[in-house]
Amino acid sequence: MIELFEIQRAMRQMRKAAMQRGVVAILDIGTSKATCLVLRFDGGELPSGDGVGPMAGQSQFRIIGAATTRARGMRHGEIEVMAETERAVRTVVQAAQKMAQVRVDHAIVSFSGAGPRSYGLSGEIEVSGSEVSESDIAAVLASCETPDIGTHRTVLHAQPVNFILDHRSGLADPRGQIGNRLATDLHMLSVDRAAVQNILHCIKRCDLELAGLASSAYVGGISALVEDEQKIGAACIDLGAGTSGLSIFLRGHMIYADTVRIGGHHVTQDISKGLGIPLALAERIKTLHGGLVATGRDDRDMIELKGETGDWEHDRREISRSELIGIMRPRVEEILEEVRGRLDAAGFDSLPSQKIVLTGGASQVPGLAHLATRILGQQVRLGRPLRVQGLPQAATGPAFSAAVGLCLFAAHPQDECWDFNIEDHRYPARSLRRAVRWFRENW
Amino acid sequence: MRTLTRPRRRYGHDPAPSRTAYRLTRFWLSPWLRWTVTTVLPVCALTGAVGFWLMQPAQQQRIVAGATQIRASVEARPEFQIRQMAITGASPVLAETIRQRIGLDFPVSWFHLDTHEIHDTVAALDAVADARVTVELGGALHIDVREREPVVLWRHDGALEMLDATGHRIAYIDRRDGLSFLPLVTGDGADAAVPEALALFDAGKPIMKRVRALMRQGARRWDVVLDRGQVIELPETEPVSALERVLAMQDSTGLLTRDVAIVDIRDPARLTVRLGPAAAENLETTRSFGKGIVSQ
Repeated sequence: MIELFEIQRAMRQMRKAAMQRGVVAILDIGTSKATCLVLRFDGGELPSGDGVGPMAGQSQFRIIGAATTRARGMRHGEIEVMAETERAVRTVVQAAQKMAQVRVDHAIVSFSGAGPRSYGLSGEIEVSGSEVSESDIAAVLASCETPDIGTHRTVLHAQPVNFILDHRSGLADPRGQIGNRLATDLHMLSVDRAAVQNILHCIKRCDLELAGLASSAYVGGISALVEDEQKIGAACIDLGAGTSGLSIFLRGHMIYADTVRIGGHHVTQDISKGLGIPLALAERIKTLHGGLVATGRDDRDMIELKGETGDWEHDRREISRSELIGIMRPRVEEILEEVRGRLDAAGFDSLPSQKIVLTGGASQVPGLAHLATRILGQQVRLGRPLRVQGLPQAATGPAFSAAVGLCLFAAHPQDECWDFNIEDHRYPARSLRRAVRWFRENW
Repeated sequence: MRTLTRPRRRYGHDPAPSRTAYRLTRFWLSPWLRWTVTTVLPVCALTGAVGFWLMQPAQQQRIVAGATQIRASVEARPEFQIRQMAITGASPVLAETIRQRIGLDFPVSWFHLDTHEIHDTVAALDAVADARVTVELGGALHIDVREREPVVLWRHDGALEMLDATGHRIAYIDRRDGLSFLPLVTGDGADAAVPEALALFDAGKPIMKRVRALMRQGARRWDVVLDRGQVIELPETEPVSALERVLAMQDSTGLLTRDVAIVDIRDPARLTVRLGPAAAENLETTRSFGKGIVSQ
């Protein structure tokens, strides 16, 4: 556990260093598109006043450069062809830099694949003094036993989501409270080590320095869920091209994340295979005419299938829109069923709130909300990313939830408030510091 | 899927920059390089070019000549011309002296006129107590002079000077004609004690008709010279009260109307009188009578 916290601290330091430089690149490498946003941190004052919350830290930065391009060499949110992905990242970083007119050296990256897996950990200690101090919290965090996640996996996020002090549960910050036994619940997200290393290598080849790493399921939830939903409890389903990420939030913390390795790209593949047309045309037909709920009018709504095979009969076909819907709907239903299965496995049913927010590029299919209510329950809505300063109009769609969420994550990371010192007994050499601390606590 | 970048025209064109192009772009975007190229280099180039141009002697001469010409044309404008001079508060003789002393050749440009220098020149004249030099609208130089007022005449070393109340010389004069109303002082250092002399003249008003002059003795004390060769020798300190004592004595005893050559009050505690020759003989005779030496 200690090793994990050292890793987290090192990552935090890197992110702080990047924010002190003032300019950070946000890089969302997805299956179908790569997005780069250049953030400028000008240390703006938070607006104070009655009823104004921390605003997720979004008033501290401004987006000064934005670019997106077709991601290549990606499959299921993981790098398949390193050189192609590197070219995509170079393209998008160069375009964003050109718009921002500034060079960025640090990148905070999110990716959707690598098979995230959630673990719930718990630890318990006796409080050393009469009231809970910071060192007690460090001790209880260190007392969580790490499960065996396997050598091929690595920890991506680890956050304390709950504190229990003498049978009082649901404490957000127990510091200064009086009690005897302090316990904590920790949420840990592990991902495939090889996939992460590939992404690190790709960033390094683009002359960028990594300042943070996040799962797109998590950051998509940060931007698509409003603050109340995060507090009361909600699930965010980020329907991407290659994967569909889902994250469950409760009391402002992510408590579960998972991905389903099916996405909008599979819908395109179904159309391509079913109608015998190239993938590019299938994508175009899907985005222009796609839908999920057929009506009587759709039978008369004919879509031209232009081809260039040379076979006149084959190149001059027409299909009705209801046929297209008939191809798309089963695949989307499959995705949603799969997501439902993962939610059930995570115990989403037992949460107080059953709110589900659909976001991501594939959530723009007309009729998805209607279909999703049948499978996921009544409390379904379509989510768009939070509006942040300087975000171009073209990047306000649900496809950019993860990128915007990553901005918020960079400005206001959730593990920031748990930046405690390592326990004293881990530093046997620093006896003077221990003596000072002992003196301060006992006098 | 939407793109934020400009759509590419050519189909199948790879939008990705090559690794070299990417690195060059990043290098160009580094802040110090941009600052150097966009700010420092242009400023240096511009400064260098202007400096090189200015280094040529021909250009310098051209610039100097041009500046001189512009300056001369501005100075020669009628708005800046001063055509006349007015002197107020000075007697005609003094005004003529001032005109000669300043020696301006009208019309003169306002830029060439140094009013401070003119003021100093005018104020340096003995007869001028104070002067104010102004340039008035319409191109006139106005010199307002306050003359010194002569209060005494000072005769010394064969010369005759008019002095004002502070003892400052106003002018040498040849004769006393026309200025006989001014009292006369003589002796070395008399000019330094003019205020005291004036106080003495003021105190000696009852015998003013008889006073010929005040004579400074050894630059430290005064003698009052009356007609008939009578002299009142005054002390160094508080000569006015001493003179008043002598005048009181004159009132009571008519001391000065008698044949007295010198009234010596240099020591205020002891007034000494030197008799005239006739009186002295008379006194001698009287004393001889008293002693019975001489018989009638």
